[in-house]
Amino acid sequence: MLEIKDLRAAIDGKEILKGITLSVKPGEVHAVMGPNGSGKSTLASVLAGRETFEVTGGSVSYLGEDLLELPAEDRARKGIFLGFQYPVEIPGVSMVNFMKTAINEQRKFKGMDPISASDFLKLMREKKEIVEITSSLTNRSVNEGFSGGEKKKNEIFQMAMLEPKLAILDETDSGLDIDALRIVANGVNKLRNKDNATIVITHYQRLLDHIVPDHVHVLYKGRIVKSSGKELALELEEKGYDWLKEEN
Amino acid sequence: MIYIENIEDMSAEQDQLLNEVTSNDYKYGFYTDVDIDSLPKGLNEDIIGMLSAKKQEPEWMLEFRLKAFRHWQTMKMPAWAHLKIPEINYQDIIYYAAPKRKVQYESLDEVDPELIETFKKLGIPLEEQKHLAGVAVDAVMDSVSVKTTFRETLAEHGIIFCSFSEAVKEHPDLVKKYMGSVVPYTDNYFAALNSAVFSDGSFCYIPKGVRCPMELSTYFRINASNTGQFERTLLIADDDSYVSYLEGCTAPMRDENQLHAAIVEIVAMDNAEVKYSTVQNWYPGNKEGKGGIYNFVTKRGICKGDNSKISWTQVETGSAITWKYPSCILKGDNSIGEFYSVAVTNNHQQADTGSKMIHLGKNSRSTIISKGISAGKSQNSYRGLVKVLKNADGVRNFTQCDSLLLGDQCGAHTFPYLEVDNDTAIIEHEATTSKIGEDQIFYCNQRGIDTENAIGLIINGYAKEVLNKLPMEFAVEAQKLLQISLEGSVG
Ligand SMILES: Nc1ncnc2c1ncn2[C@@H]1O[C@H](COP(=O)(O)OP(=O)(O)OP(=O)(O)O)[C@@H](O)[C@H]1O
Ligand SMILES: [Mg+2]
Repeated sequence: MLEIKDLRAAIDGKEILKGITLSVKPGEVHAVMGPNGSGKSTLASVLAGRETFEVTGGSVSYLGEDLLELPAEDRARKGIFLGFQYPVEIPGVSMVNFMKTAINEQRKFKGMDPISASDFLKLMREKKEIVEITSSLTNRSVNEGFSGGEKKKNEIFQMAMLEPKLAILDETDSGLDIDALRIVANGVNKLRNKDNATIVITHYQRLLDHIVPDHVHVLYKGRIVKSSGKELALELEEKGYDWLKEEN
Repeated sequence: MIYIENIEDMSAEQDQLLNEVTSNDYKYGFYTDVDIDSLPKGLNEDIIGMLSAKKQEPEWMLEFRLKAFRHWQTMKMPAWAHLKIPEINYQDIIYYAAPKRKVQYESLDEVDPELIETFKKLGIPLEEQKHLAGVAVDAVMDSVSVKTTFRETLAEHGIIFCSFSEAVKEHPDLVKKYMGSVVPYTDNYFAALNSAVFSDGSFCYIPKGVRCPMELSTYFRINASNTGQFERTLLIADDDSYVSYLEGCTAPMRDENQLHAAIVEIVAMDNAEVKYSTVQNWYPGNKEGKGGIYNFVTKRGICKGDNSKISWTQVETGSAITWKYPSCILKGDNSIGEFYSVAVTNNHQQADTGSKMIHLGKNSRSTIISKGISAGKSQNSYRGLVKVLKNADGVRNFTQCDSLLLGDQCGAHTFPYLEVDNDTAIIEHEATTSKIGEDQIFYCNQRGIDTENAIGLIINGYAKEVLNKLPMEFAVEAQKLLQISLEGSVG
């Protein structure tokens, strides 16, 4: 469903992604690992359509379409979800209003009528259970004053609400306590099916115990330097990145 | 849809059309007495005399006007640090014109497409669009039946709600007693001008112990036409009464009159409460800053009685230049003054707005929440005064003024003034300046919300505290309005 070919991207003239090739099929989970600053978040941002990054080469096709042609909002409406490494606060905008707007935009895009208030509340209730998030969070403004872990949970809640085809989770596990980690992982697993795919960006093997990946990739200096099965994550946990750095 | 301001016909270019319309059998059929036409341009005592005569005013009213005019002549137009105001030629203005509709266009096709686009976004019905844009309409807004029911209900409660001119004739004692008692004609340049030449406006009296059962809006006022550029409103809430009053219109009102100088006076007696909400969306001029209304308003209320309360809420998105400081004189003990404001400036707009809270009464309290939003090349200033007099013990004030910037060519300025003569006063002031971040917009984009709607969401979130103070139906429109006013300002 996602074909990335030799993707290059730069910011302020500095090239950060230096030719990434990656293929994701429906039903798969891919883990992307790599040292700090290697370009993981940049890759996620470029896929989601953030315009601060300039695509300088390569191509991305998503469900047979040229993804790079689409504005960020259309990518989202077509089922791409990015769980942010650093979710932003939007003061004064309630989660309820935010989610409702997002869902209705998606529905409008698909030619559907806006969701009814009762269906929306039902959906909220259902999804809140999946991620074990309380109303005290969803009644507040978007991420405002949320703790680090709460912000991450809130990302998964939004993912559950929007039911994406391709979810890219950027270090959703960092800053989570053990219970929260389990909850988030369960949330992701519950939403997993044969038609959608997930890219998890993480530094820790422990998340991958819960969300078992089909493929693990190591990103280093803007390139994928190694791809393998889930055992690669264990190997990295044990050996670190130095052996890969030396090879490259 | 609520609107009050009728569109007048006073500019030079309109003279010919005006003559045509008046010499015809007045085919648009609002007024039956079409024998009055406009006075010549210019401002002098003769003109004021004629104006007063045309309005069949009593002698005391003319006296008031002349006194104001003589005083005005001694005054100079004030200069402000943060407003650039072009020279205004007061002799080039027509101060009285027959009440009539401006018929500028034959059909909507002739109207600025951008304006029509805005109307559509606001969801204004077609007939109203025509009305607002100044297109010829046949049966205009024939809501006579609505108005009649409305009037009957008010009459049952003994509430007086009529045009200012009508009040001068029907309720001279009330008008004489209170007109100029809150905003004397000596108050400022524009107040003096208004007092000399005001065209019309609203008058409202809520008797003792009456809770006005509906939101009063000038839309429902019979003979609401032609309030015009020098509008005057007087609102009196007698002991133990309550009223919520709505002024303005969310649709961008076109008006050929560049200069608007209104006065609003509110008097709240013992235990009375007045809520005054305004949405101001006069034509701001085009993107280059051409055209547009200069809006110089003096709005002031007095909490005359103990435990009285006056609450101003305003959403200001229009006009090329806005100059206004809805204020409260807190004379009664335990009286409360509130000011909630959102002021948006975009393109070349300039706004200098804020509030004055004058504490005379013991334990009087005031709250000022001002949210400025600036975009484009605009300048947005908050100017506020909190004054506590010597005998006013136990005063409290809380002021919060926030500025939100979109882009880096606009300006936001804050000028808080404090004059406190009593040690027991507790005055708090908070101020913030923020920008809408690219990261916030991208976050919204990533959830399928396009940039325009994202800005709308963020702005409305920012202004929520103020919007929440508006009556429900107004709030919804105001939200849309904020978003529309800022369209295209973040790219
Ligand atoms: N807005 C920006 N301006 C300048 N440089 C940037 C910007 N965003 C990212 N970079 C640079 O791009 C490189 C890759 O950053 P990126 O955030 O993609 O790393 P990462 O792999 O996600 O790291 P981490 O594991 O720390 O989250 C870094 O050197 C970073 O400094
Ligand atoms: Mg990162």
